[in-house]
Amino acid sequence: MTEDKDKKDVKKTEKAVEKHGSPWVDNLLMPALAVFTGLVVGGIIVIISDDTAIEAWRHFFSAPGTALKASWDAVITAYSALFGGALGNPKTIIAGFQTYFSTGDTTALLKSIYPFTESLVLATPYIFAGLAVALGFRCGLFNIGAEGQFFMGALGSAYIGYSITGLPWFIHLPLALLGGAAAGAIWGAIPGYLKARFGAHEVVNTIMMNWIAFRLSDWLLTGPMKASGFRPVTPSVEATAELPRFFPDPLRFNWGFPLALLFAFLVYWFLFKTTLGFEIRAVGANPDAAKYSGMSVVRNFVLVMTLSGALAGLAGSAQVLGTDHWVGQGFSAGYGFDSIALALLGKSHPLGVVLAALLFGILRGGATNMQSVARIPIDLISVIQGMVIIFIAAPDIIRWLYRLRIGRTEQTVLTRGWGK
Amino acid sequence: MSKSTPRPIPPIQNRQRITIGISLLVVGLFMLLVFTRGTQPGQTATFGMNITATSKALTIPDLVLPVQPALYTFIVITVFLGAWQLARGVKSIGWLVGIVAFCFIAAFLIWATKEKSFNLVGMLSSTLGRATPIALAALCGVISERAAVTNIGIEGIMLIAAQTSVVSATITHNLYLGVIVALLTGGLVAGIHALLVIRFKVDQIISGTAINILGAGMTSFISSRYLEAHIDQLNNSGTFKIISIPVLSNIPILGPIFFENSPIVYIMLIIVAVMYVVLFYTPWGLRTRAVGEHPKAADTLGINVFLVRYINVIIGGMIAGLGGAYFTIGSVGRFDQNMTAGKGFIGLAAMIFGKWNPIGAFLSSLLFGFADSLQVKMQILSVPIPSSFLAMAPYIVTMIVLTGIVGRAIPPAADGQPYEKQ
Repeated sequence: MTEDKDKKDVKKTEKAVEKHGSPWVDNLLMPALAVFTGLVVGGIIVIISDDTAIEAWRHFFSAPGTALKASWDAVITAYSALFGGALGNPKTIIAGFQTYFSTGDTTALLKSIYPFTESLVLATPYIFAGLAVALGFRCGLFNIGAEGQFFMGALGSAYIGYSITGLPWFIHLPLALLGGAAAGAIWGAIPGYLKARFGAHEVVNTIMMNWIAFRLSDWLLTGPMKASGFRPVTPSVEATAELPRFFPDPLRFNWGFPLALLFAFLVYWFLFKTTLGFEIRAVGANPDAAKYSGMSVVRNFVLVMTLSGALAGLAGSAQVLGTDHWVGQGFSAGYGFDSIALALLGKSHPLGVVLAALLFGILRGGATNMQSVARIPIDLISVIQGMVIIFIAAPDIIRWLYRLRIGRTEQTVLTRGWGK
Repeated sequence: MSKSTPRPIPPIQNRQRITIGISLLVVGLFMLLVFTRGTQPGQTATFGMNITATSKALTIPDLVLPVQPALYTFIVITVFLGAWQLARGVKSIGWLVGIVAFCFIAAFLIWATKEKSFNLVGMLSSTLGRATPIALAALCGVISERAAVTNIGIEGIMLIAAQTSVVSATITHNLYLGVIVALLTGGLVAGIHALLVIRFKVDQIISGTAINILGAGMTSFISSRYLEAHIDQLNNSGTFKIISIPVLSNIPILGPIFFENSPIVYIMLIIVAVMYVVLFYTPWGLRTRAVGEHPKAADTLGINVFLVRYINVIIGGMIAGLGGAYFTIGSVGRFDQNMTAGKGFIGLAAMIFGKWNPIGAFLSSLLFGFADSLQVKMQILSVPIPSSFLAMAPYIVTMIVLTGIVGRAIPPAADGQPYEKQ
């Protein structure tokens, strides 16, 4: 009898361990496998869309080796073009350093590190926008509006950047950043307020705010904020409002990236080291419990949506002040939507967000090269990102694919229906 | 409680009464200040009542309205209703807001067309066309969410179905086959959504977002990899001919609006009616609503909650797929990247505005379609209001509705929550 009971207890403990899982499995292994599986799916699509590979598969039974080799070649060509275009060629980078150390000539070096710095440039808005969505998730709020907040932030920064002249940079640049953050914050605060005051679901309202932002920008870019000329774009911002670049053109790597890292640290500090951050996480984990322990759920909703909007706005600011210097139609280009994938991949932790943003920056940075070298349309990246979201959100699929028996954690439900 | 004693009005209703009353008066004041400015006695606005010369409808004379009297009529109605609401309160807020909205739009149109001519029936006819994909998206939302599965992936479903339908129709030279393929793809993609959220318990919003990203990515990928190089072989299907219903299409005004349309529009109208009957007057509808409101109770009564959800989501996907087909084989005959342009999201808004009711969803789709076609027409009339602001109207209206100040929109109780069988 007792033995049986002991056995049962042991089993129970095992189950409990299984249930809670280890943080390593949850936070590193699962995301890594999700990304890997996403890339595998992308690879399959590359094979299907490759004429040579398809031709070889037709003769699979007579020459199976050729089919496999052709497929392998197609995938390798595509992904080496992707990652080569994003990270640069290590050999040329080493050669560049050698020339620099022996002759002091930087041309070769700068050329060799261009792809990598460009990926970092692309990762910059991703870090901000990912932090925005992650902050929302931590409070149990789903901010689908990062796209619109990004756009408004960019327009706000651009407006301050080009309309005010004659300021020294140490006033103009912070002001322009602040303008972007404020525009994004307003765009986030409205759904936050509506949720807190009327219980209107933030998912619907942030979607609506996105479309309002797009239509508003249509008007602004063809009317009040239009630069002279035919194209619906804003004038370029003043040099004093630009985020300074580290290297001469065409390298666009700028202070936006360190600034993004700083904000990632600030968000980490805010969430995990301050009372307010604790409250936010408590509300996210269990709003009822938080309410009965005396926290104001309503106030936290408004606060988090405002901060989240400000961060997404800063993503737009970084893009306009650091990289493009002007805003045109379709400026947001999916950054806000991708950032949802990114926040999920980074498990809503600032460090995870930074890593995921680097990955997305690399994917986006290499995609152009992949298109020109391997003739694979850029949109493959979106497919991979979509798959990654599904695999992250449905870890059971990953477990089933790789026969994993660990890390069976309780899944958190992020959204609670429209009206609640 | 005896019948004769009047119940005291609760303070919350009191506040709502005053808020709405004052808002209506503000609307009236706005109309008085903006729309009557610069009008002179004797000015007229001409509204075209015939769609085109080719239409089968009997020709009737155009409507010529004297600007000032017409404007003042609508303003007086608005102000009167506002004052009445402020003083006494009206039982049916929906009707009140509806009438005032009508007055406002009518006054706006008269103001915009003063000294000009404007084809009213033409616009109303294009309203139904523009409302069709919105309505189909909204109906997809209604049937899924009545079974408590939110689907924000409608946009992605419509994009994918738009592409598959045009490609299959081009290859087979058969538009009806294109529609069937669109239904199947829509059902398939929605089935994946259902599988993810029901079997794998993925957060419903995240699954929908993934479908949207995947849909945009896949269709753009296929478009730039295959369709652009082989337009004639793959992406040029032609469109459905307009079908005129005999006799009915001869009716002036109503004929060209309702009875001279693409078959998809008729199918949409049929779906609205069928879904209404099914949801509210059949056992299946009762089961669906039970699953959406209280899945545990439904389960106890022997209803297979998961099965009901799967079927409803898949049927919803097929309806959205039809909406996708409308973009390609229903209107332009080819696929363009991201051509749905947010109609799936407007459909969601229409669903909420229509309070999760098929007929309500259809009527709000008409309203949004109206705003959409009005916006295009306003550019032609060169009204001093940027058309972008009109395009924003549906989104703003949805946000106001969600606040619950004007008509509370209450979703099915279990909407968005996964069901755990115990």
